[in-house]
Amino acid sequence: MADPAAVGTEGAPFRLDVERGKIREFARATGTADLTGIDAQDAPVSQPTFLTTALHWQTGDANPWPAVKLDQQRGLHAEQEFTFFGAPPRAGTRLEGRARISDIYTKQGRRGGEMTFAVMVTDYYDESGRLVAQAKMTGVETARPPKEDEA
Amino acid sequence: MSAARTTSTPAALTPPAPWTVGPVTRTDFVRYQGASGDMNPIHHDEEFARAAGFDAPFAVGMYQAGLLGTYATEWLGAENVRSFRIRFLEQVWPGDTLTATAEVVREYTADDGAARVDIELVCTRQTGGAAVKAWATFVVPDGGAGS
Repeated sequence: MADPAAVGTEGAPFRLDVERGKIREFARATGTADLTGIDAQDAPVSQPTFLTTALHWQTGDANPWPAVKLDQQRGLHAEQEFTFFGAPPRAGTRLEGRARISDIYTKQGRRGGEMTFAVMVTDYYDESGRLVAQAKMTGVETARPPKEDEA
Repeated sequence: MSAARTTSTPAALTPPAPWTVGPVTRTDFVRYQGASGDMNPIHHDEEFARAAGFDAPFAVGMYQAGLLGTYATEWLGAENVRSFRIRFLEQVWPGDTLTATAEVVREYTADDGAARVDIELVCTRQTGGAAVKAWATFVVPDGGAGS
């Protein structure tokens, strides 16, 4: 069961290097057939959902999400948003990420049963300290194990 | 088409043709998991998925969201995206065939004077069910997309 006391929990700042090889790997994994555009550039721009690779960097106490205590077997990713304050970061950019649990709330499900939502916001700063991107993840825990037709 | 370019009003953006991917495989899901760092076993471990009440492992939602990202940026340019919001609606299973489509919601001039476009993207399964929807905002370079 999600713990409402988790709101406000902050993760330790973490480093995320936007790497050319990672951008290329991510392009292949997300259906890019023609990689010549990436290969022609020393510093290709990262993809709209690339910052999800923070999962590789946000180890230990950098990730406050476990504080929410969402049941993994009844938990689902409900929404995900990325906002860029300018062009998305290019390969070679060194970012500092800071994540926090910003909200936990409940709603009645369409088919009965209470659903608990939890929101984690991660801000990304470049080396000059400018906020360049923000990721917002919303997870949901259903009252009973989800089935295909109500995911 | 060249006549339209001589006017001061930019030509309306036209969405690309639908893009079909698949049938998608567990290998596609695992490749995405490795790339993203999301190693949740529900997406590759049969026993874990069954214990959670599912018939089989299913795709990470961010995989099909990433497909929509690829589809959108090949149209409007990866450097031009300013927001990308995804809603997860239905699971995607091995063997599914996915189709990405896009619609222009609004074309306008932002406060900074640059042209913007809001688009809606849908990743649809072969059943007709929408697996993922996304709403994105892109800067439109001078002369429109693709130029």
